[in-house]
Amino acid sequence: MTGADILVEALIRNGGKYMFAYPGGASMPLHQALLKRGDQLRTILPRHEQGGGFAAQGVSRSTDGIGMCMATSGPGATNLVTALADAKMDSIPIVAVTGQVSQAVIGTDAFQETPIIEISRAITKHSFMITANDHTDPDSVREALLSIPRIVKEAFFIAKSGRPGPVLIDFPKNIQTASIEVDDIDWDPAMKLPGYRPLHRKPIPEQIKQSLAAIRRSKRPILYVGGGVINANAAEELTAFAKKSNIPVTMTVMGLGAFPGDDPQSLHFLGMHGTAYSNYAINEADLLLAFGVRFDDRVTGKLDEFAMHGKIIHVDIDASEIHKNKEAHIPVVADVKDFLVALNEAFTEEDKPDTADWWKQINEWRAKYPMSYNQSDDWIYQQYAVDEFWRQTKDQDTYVAVGVGQHQMWAAQFYKFRKARRWLSSSGLGTMGFGLPAAMGVAAANPGKLVVDIDGDGSLLMNIQELATLHCEKLPVKILLLNNQHLGMVVQWEDRFMEGRRAHTYLGPIDHPEALGHGDGTIGDTYPNFVEIARGFGLEAAQVREKKDYPAALNKMLTSKGPYLLDVICPYQEHVLPMIPGGKTVRDMILK
Amino acid sequence: MKHVISAVVVNQPGVLAQISGMLASRAYNIDSLAVGETENPEFSRITFVVSGTDRTLDQVRKQLEKLIPVVRVVDFANREFVERDLMLMKVSACAVKRAEVKELVEIFRGNIVDVASNHVMIEISGKEQKLEAFIDLMRPFGILEMVRTGRIALLRSNEENVDIAERAAHEDPTAAA
Repeated sequence: MTGADILVEALIRNGGKYMFAYPGGASMPLHQALLKRGDQLRTILPRHEQGGGFAAQGVSRSTDGIGMCMATSGPGATNLVTALADAKMDSIPIVAVTGQVSQAVIGTDAFQETPIIEISRAITKHSFMITANDHTDPDSVREALLSIPRIVKEAFFIAKSGRPGPVLIDFPKNIQTASIEVDDIDWDPAMKLPGYRPLHRKPIPEQIKQSLAAIRRSKRPILYVGGGVINANAAEELTAFAKKSNIPVTMTVMGLGAFPGDDPQSLHFLGMHGTAYSNYAINEADLLLAFGVRFDDRVTGKLDEFAMHGKIIHVDIDASEIHKNKEAHIPVVADVKDFLVALNEAFTEEDKPDTADWWKQINEWRAKYPMSYNQSDDWIYQQYAVDEFWRQTKDQDTYVAVGVGQHQMWAAQFYKFRKARRWLSSSGLGTMGFGLPAAMGVAAANPGKLVVDIDGDGSLLMNIQELATLHCEKLPVKILLLNNQHLGMVVQWEDRFMEGRRAHTYLGPIDHPEALGHGDGTIGDTYPNFVEIARGFGLEAAQVREKKDYPAALNKMLTSKGPYLLDVICPYQEHVLPMIPGGKTVRDMILK
Repeated sequence: MKHVISAVVVNQPGVLAQISGMLASRAYNIDSLAVGETENPEFSRITFVVSGTDRTLDQVRKQLEKLIPVVRVVDFANREFVERDLMLMKVSACAVKRAEVKELVEIFRGNIVDVASNHVMIEISGKEQKLEAFIDLMRPFGILEMVRTGRIALLRSNEENVDIAERAAHEDPTAAA
């Protein structure tokens, strides 16, 4: 059995089901091995390694499994870098495999050689290189081959346990092609990770007692929950606790779906573009139940003034998040699911805080500052486009991936997720081009489900090549393209903070008046022609410009069988509101 | 505030690069870093001197602990420990001055390890303050070159004597506490 065969077998034995892999010189033996095991592991050919990396995230974010991607050495490996960094920022478990040049030429600047382990060290949770101590010594090579099942087991364990993250395995070609007898291989070896004890920390009864006391005494408590709750598969426990305690719930962008978005107890998301009422509520709260969150700057704005009146119960599995940005009064390093289970068990009717006045206040804010948008004219406003999409799909188990920018925030604001793992957003790194390939991963891992990529025209173009993957691999992703011909979020900042000067934010030809901001504000012919592009890739596609045509056009896409692109022409003058400018406070919130 | 932090790490290629890279990317100020094998060749001990606020130092420790090859991190602040720094120094000393230099070296319990016609090489070890004092004394003679290992340190008490590394090596990473 060759090294490549051993690796693929080990991936399967550790639960790997979907591999997004782009072949090249240093990974061809691995592809030969993947070919043999196509019955157990579906290999999908993305059209760019970055797309493959995001698709792997699509698998991990939408299921409880671990997505995988593979690239060859050199440019293949460096093309994965952004997807690894993205997974690190959002704590998404993926296992990436890169081919590497043979050990005999490592360090000689060989063709397609890059030190990918060195390049990616800061953006992976951990990395491995499968090497022989002495590549000229058959015993040493044999030892390297025998270590493969252990390395793969460790890679999967590290990716998923504790605070999840991406793990890279760099695999030189000489070990891929070397071989040993299959009978000599131990497929379930003991792991050798003396420095890694992710399951050690459990919530202790004293912390539960203290938390209950703080909850009981609070007058204005708020649940501030994030991606940690999703990663811990603790949405159910969280919802149960929220219902029992009647404490309002606000989510981070990563946390959407942890609590049903259309439940009246949800204040939806908080932070820079969160709802006004969630930001007012957290500002006035006297107790923050901060579960699986990291007090990110997009949530807190000016740190010193964020939630100034609130005591903080901070539960996170990563000890380095506790006290990092905000001092916690009750710090708990634990899996948030273990904590919630213990909290739910201990919680009695007497612990229920009296929140009647608090709810009255929150509902006043909600009535005074609702999420709203212009419904008066014939434009297809992006908010309306998402809102209508929500109405048409709310009773269907729908997965939504997004790119980065205005459309991402509007999708977050106006789509209400009822379940965890239905919303995929590059939140920490903010990578344009994330939506389409991520949706591709979701479609592969969740056959039969409706998977929609809400995208912007800037973001979509960054990984447009993946339209080919949708067609060729029969992945029926629907693309709801909110096309405003601009880099809308940057335009919004130009309008708000830079006197509206257009600096390379118009996406059409440079001799068009709009390129300098001198257009008449309407959108005539659009560029590029996304409908023709999509059709060229083999997708069905349509463009819609008028509001009255939108619901039917949308319905046609949603009920179509294969992949489909709906090019929705939207105004570029619209701003994502409310907005708390970076580093500012809730008092600086822009509402209009 | 300066702290001495000691980390036991798995002795594998790239671990030093990983640790120094993490410290640099998070903009922590490292005054010195010394690394060497422990009593168990599977593990190395890295001693850092880090300056920063208590909050920064708490973060340094936690971020180190997060790295997979890092087995254990101990901040020596407020604990009894022995620290040493080793220095080699070439001091300009013609025949006339040599006796004076030799006397100072003896007072500081150093050694002259090489003699040339116009300079001597001195080996001296001790706590940082001692080395600093010695450097100040040698300056007027003319320091030609010097090199230091950076601080290394061990706790005095018995509590750390258990072979942490050995114990850790036999624990199952999937086990709960």
